[in-house]
Amino acid sequence: MALKGLDIFKLTPKTNCKDCGNPTCMAFAMKVAQGAIEITKCPHLSEDVLNQLAESTAPPMKVIKVQAGDVEYSLGGETVLARHEKTFVNKDLFAVNISDDMDDAAVADVLDDSLKIDYDRIGERMYVEFVSVTYTHTNIDRMKELAQKAAQVGRGVIINCDCPKASKEILELIKDAKPILNGANAENYEAMSAVASEYNVVLGVTGANLDELYETVGKIEALGNKNLILDVGSGSIKAAFENAVQIRRAALLNNDRTFGYPSLVNAAALANGDVHMQTALASLFTTKYGSIVILQKMSYAQALALYGLRQNIYTDPQKPMKVEPGIYPLNKADENSVCCITVDFALTYFVVSGELERSGVPCNMFICDAGGYSVLTAWAAGKFSASTIAKFISEHDIESKVKNRTLILPGKVAVLKGEVEEKLPGWNIVVGPNEAVQLVKFMKSYQ
Amino acid sequence: MPFKKPVQKYSASINTVELGTGDKKIAIGGESVLPFYTFDGEIANAPKVGIEISDLGMAEELPGLRAYYDGAESVADIAKKAASMEGVDFVCLKFAGADPNGENKPVEDCVAVAKEVAEAIDLPLVIEGCKNAEKDAALFEKVADALQGKNVLFLSAKEENYKAVGAAVGLAYGQKVGGESSVDINLAKQLNVLVTQLGVSSQNIVMNLGTAAAGYGFEYVVSTMDRVKAAALAQNDAMLQMPIIAPIASDCWGVKEAVVSEEEVPEWGPVDERGICMEITTAVSCLASGANAVILKHPESVKTVSRLIKELI
Repeated sequence: MALKGLDIFKLTPKTNCKDCGNPTCMAFAMKVAQGAIEITKCPHLSEDVLNQLAESTAPPMKVIKVQAGDVEYSLGGETVLARHEKTFVNKDLFAVNISDDMDDAAVADVLDDSLKIDYDRIGERMYVEFVSVTYTHTNIDRMKELAQKAAQVGRGVIINCDCPKASKEILELIKDAKPILNGANAENYEAMSAVASEYNVVLGVTGANLDELYETVGKIEALGNKNLILDVGSGSIKAAFENAVQIRRAALLNNDRTFGYPSLVNAAALANGDVHMQTALASLFTTKYGSIVILQKMSYAQALALYGLRQNIYTDPQKPMKVEPGIYPLNKADENSVCCITVDFALTYFVVSGELERSGVPCNMFICDAGGYSVLTAWAAGKFSASTIAKFISEHDIESKVKNRTLILPGKVAVLKGEVEEKLPGWNIVVGPNEAVQLVKFMKSYQ
Repeated sequence: MPFKKPVQKYSASINTVELGTGDKKIAIGGESVLPFYTFDGEIANAPKVGIEISDLGMAEELPGLRAYYDGAESVADIAKKAASMEGVDFVCLKFAGADPNGENKPVEDCVAVAKEVAEAIDLPLVIEGCKNAEKDAALFEKVADALQGKNVLFLSAKEENYKAVGAAVGLAYGQKVGGESSVDINLAKQLNVLVTQLGVSSQNIVMNLGTAAAGYGFEYVVSTMDRVKAAALAQNDAMLQMPIIAPIASDCWGVKEAVVSEEEVPEWGPVDERGICMEITTAVSCLASGANAVILKHPESVKTVSRLIKELI
């Protein structure tokens, strides 16, 4: 049962030494009680007290580390059911699936296109993080071959295999890749958990229903293995969604740690070959409570939509999404093209750049460092002013990079015109429209 | 220790709003649980999927989409085809041509088109304006008059024109009023208060909370929907219990991912497929966050989203 802040406070040194980064021991205790900080952040607690508290104050949902090539990702660790309550922290990851009943052409069909996807979206690398290899009990040698192939592509590996003996043989071959071993159930959990523990990898657990899954997880925990991920099952879409929701709610609403693990959704199995249904499922489980989503394969069309959604869902509401300040030439602009300036709030960037692109008029879009706020907010906070604009122009050495001397300001900060003219002699300062949608028409005069 | 299932069932519920008439009429809202949480309580009215067509016909559309409407000449023909696609619960006729900055079609012409479409289909009809507040108010008044008794939903009454739209659509002609706010729970509530103060029953209002395509500030849409549903159900806020409609077609088909041609970015593949994925992704996430109806453009995305709804309910 969770301890109250006061109970924890009683066990702290009460010296307000701030070594934990909090102003007082009381503040620290309160945060620990909310699961916002770990008890071990206090360096002055005795071993006894730590042991006593560690279990009951651990965050309700564990953070599980997974290896995806050279990158280590965290899954789980969520503290809220809706992002506006605080934020979601660890984004869901995507996998594409191959299996031992596929020939080389089929495997290449999955991997070639899916692994080609690799791009940057507002500072985040977008690519397929995992290759999932499913053992259909057709051909163990083929399975081993594909597992090794998957381990070599530099992404994470998920081994879907419910046979402990086969699992051990596969893991021995690719142990360095630290794959997720997904396949424990009510019958085989003891042997599967032993294999996962031996190779120190995350174990995926599934059950015919929530009760069975709950019982199996309990038994595996009793064996001392708490490095788990919960497979929501592939019986039906309805059941998979219920399981994902119930698992997350049990952990966060009821503080039930048995279900305090990330989840794995096999959309490929649930959608029965329907590619668009897989996109729909991936969207559903990105919005609600999936931690890993397995697709048959990934196309650019799917990636562009799904990764955009994921980036939005996992944006911290307290920290606006920012784009990198700098010069963004649009519509094949060169040094003679007209210049526009706006703020670095990602939404502003997307809307404004989209409309400017739509106008077809070549222009140099300047993104100014405004703390990630929208135009009016940044202006009100003094982060988007004549001085910051002048500073941007000089810091980015605009005057030597761009020859055109017409600068369009957002209409909402028309008041800045005079001041900017003073700070930027030689520039023709023009007030643009209030709304981005009016840009297409406005830009026509700069064709 | 057996697993104890948590339950989030509320005593408050979302209003039920009916659209259309006769056998094909639909109801949205009515639930007392979070979206698709059928394990917490019954969801009597599954979320609905609408298909958007334009008064400008198919000329501007992608060849892939045009192919679905092969042979349809008039807007009424297009509406008929649209209504026959798999998974379509209602048809949304958008008067893009009424835009004063575009073709600026006169109201009378629009009314004629609306009448033709309404007669051609038996599915419920939603009328979407051209986003120009003044023109929409004039247009909605005449169309609402012409379609009396059809129980049509009008998108949308906004802060700038709610008085004219609310009075004509909601009061004079007894149609359904869609209130559009811009992705903010307080603005949504304020608009509902204003429209109900005009005398429009809260049972005749549907909310458009503002939309975006996935990846384009969509987190605000999700969080606004989450918060509105929480306020409606957990706090029994009557001014936020109107069902939510999300007309996302134009957002989805307007973003770079669904516009840039395959020639420009060959690795992205066919543009139709990108638009379809954008529509599916955005629609499903809206539905999972609380939308009671979505409006899409591509028959393939309509089919997929509708199938997913059937699987979940």
